[in-house]
Amino acid sequence: MAEMLEVSGITKRFGGLVAVNNISFSVREKEILSVIGPNGAGKSTLFKLISSFLKPTTGEVRLKGERISGMAPHIAARKGVVRTFQETTIFKNMSVRDNVVIAHHLRSKAGLLGFFLGTGAAKADEVAFGASADEILALLGLSSLANETARNLPHGHLRALGIAIGLATDPSILLLDEPFAGMNHDETMRMVAMVRRLRDLGLTILLVEHDMPAVMKISDRIVVLNFGQKIAEGTPSEIQANEKVIEAYLGSEDEAIGL
Amino acid sequence: MTRNRNMKIASVAAFLAIVFIAVPAAISGSGRFDLYYTLTSVALLSIASAGVWLTFYIGRINIGQGAYALMGGYVSAILVMNYGWSFWLTLPVAGLFCAAASVLIGLPILRLRGVYFAMVTLVLTEVARLLALALPITNGAKGIVSIPLPGALSVFGLTIIPDFATLQNSRLAFYLLAVTLMVVCFGVMYRLVNSRIGKLCQSLQQNEELASSIGVNIASLRIIAYAVSSFFGGVAGAIFAAISQSIYPSSFTVTDSVNFMLNCFLGGLGYVFGPMLGTLVLYFGWDLLFQTGQFQLLIYSGLMIVLMLVLPNGLLSLAASIRKKA
Ligand SMILES: Nc1ncnc2c1ncn2[C@@H]1O[C@H](COP(=O)(O)OP(=O)(O)O)[C@@H](O)[C@H]1O
Ligand SMILES: [Mg+2]
Repeated sequence: MAEMLEVSGITKRFGGLVAVNNISFSVREKEILSVIGPNGAGKSTLFKLISSFLKPTTGEVRLKGERISGMAPHIAARKGVVRTFQETTIFKNMSVRDNVVIAHHLRSKAGLLGFFLGTGAAKADEVAFGASADEILALLGLSSLANETARNLPHGHLRALGIAIGLATDPSILLLDEPFAGMNHDETMRMVAMVRRLRDLGLTILLVEHDMPAVMKISDRIVVLNFGQKIAEGTPSEIQANEKVIEAYLGSEDEAIGL
Repeated sequence: MTRNRNMKIASVAAFLAIVFIAVPAAISGSGRFDLYYTLTSVALLSIASAGVWLTFYIGRINIGQGAYALMGGYVSAILVMNYGWSFWLTLPVAGLFCAAASVLIGLPILRLRGVYFAMVTLVLTEVARLLALALPITNGAKGIVSIPLPGALSVFGLTIIPDFATLQNSRLAFYLLAVTLMVVCFGVMYRLVNSRIGKLCQSLQQNEELASSIGVNIASLRIIAYAVSSFFGGVAGAIFAAISQSIYPSSFTVTDSVNFMLNCFLGGLGYVFGPMLGTLVLYFGWDLLFQTGQFQLLIYSGLMIVLMLVLPNGLLSLAASIRKKA
């Protein structure tokens, strides 16, 4: 299978602290790859490095062979690496539909001046974005909430909206930061089903997650971090059997790894 | 949909009829020609406030518009006095000069947010005043005085605007100029806000990080909005200099910068026409309180605080909630 994203020898230092230490792995096209690890392992930092919100100290990230690390985040997004946020980040005071429409910005053919003047291209964009937004909302079960102000949405729907925003940008790879955080069992299972559906539609997904049972269920492959280093990589069953992983999660191992 | 559109066209027509026909007719009927000056000021201040409103719209509290109004006034005055330019040419040049300056100033400071950006812009107004005092070309505290009134504007030999000095009623001419520019300014603002650009600005205001991750070039959008804002400030300042035929370092001070901001708060940050209404109400409100003498500032400040507590979304939110109930 072709490689979508390639992380090679990436390191990030914050002063004396090495938050991410010489990590390499790759994400294949149309797979769900999860990065797990105890608190402080460096997952969020790795995430920010991949989405270009942080510049690596050394090493690089390539998307379909093209180097993207060290670019501005909006450029990385344009190249196709899009992240949704851990803190369920959305445009709070816009309607749900507007959130998704505006997220199509990357695809717009008209420029700012075109929008100001209301040119044909701008109007065509407007129609196309609206139609695509409605499709995405339907896919994520948000159609009935389209006109609701985003800040009024319940937790689970907010998370779905965050993903809808990511999808609207038509990414090559979607990065999800803890998509299951704060969800109860049912919500988690629904989200797992949804993420798989996205993958079946042809999306490549990289997610960072705490919730072990969900990770075991959803992932094609898993990368495990501890203290900034990669300690294991493999399929869910390989990871469950890995000595080092069990050690890293020592204390609550059985339950935490979902055995 | 079409009904909505017709309503909009009717409101615009009514507004234009009021400012271009009804107000001049009422003033000449009543003989209160001083009102021209007052209303001209309101129109110009609302243009400067509109700029401040636009910076609010991208999530920045701008208390520095006085700096650009001052800059615009000086640019126009200097070009007219030292280089013999026509006022009409200096008007857009003053705006563009301020926009260019704001790009240079904005590049570093627009990274700041919240109270930090607000403080820096506040200082900016004071820096502009000190510069005007210190630079040789601005003539220090004496300022630039006896600026001639705007001359005729003709294109291909056709006189579009007559020489203001030859007019019997230059006050009416300035009123019409200011109101015309106000209409254009708010027309541009309305279009900006109701096109996708408005949504992009809102996305900055609500979450810059997310905006960036959906591919919005937040740095350049911030600069563009700030440049447009400063352009408005510069144009307003240039006309002020032309009306008063003078410009001093103290022509626009920190107080003016604060007032521009208050105009926006009062009218409503969520409404394009908020700064226009806010400027009108504040300007006349302040004058009405003149009779209260030493209590003027106290009552004024008290009323402002009460208004902001009762109507945090500004005066126009009142109209919106009435419309919703109906
Ligand atoms: N901006 C930063 N400055 C300094 N240290 C940081 C910064 N971001 C993260 N760290 C440190 O890097 C380490 C990894 O953090 P993080 O990537 O958030 O871990 P995780 O998401 O796996 O919990 C932690 O020790 C954290 O304190
Ligand atoms: Mg984290």
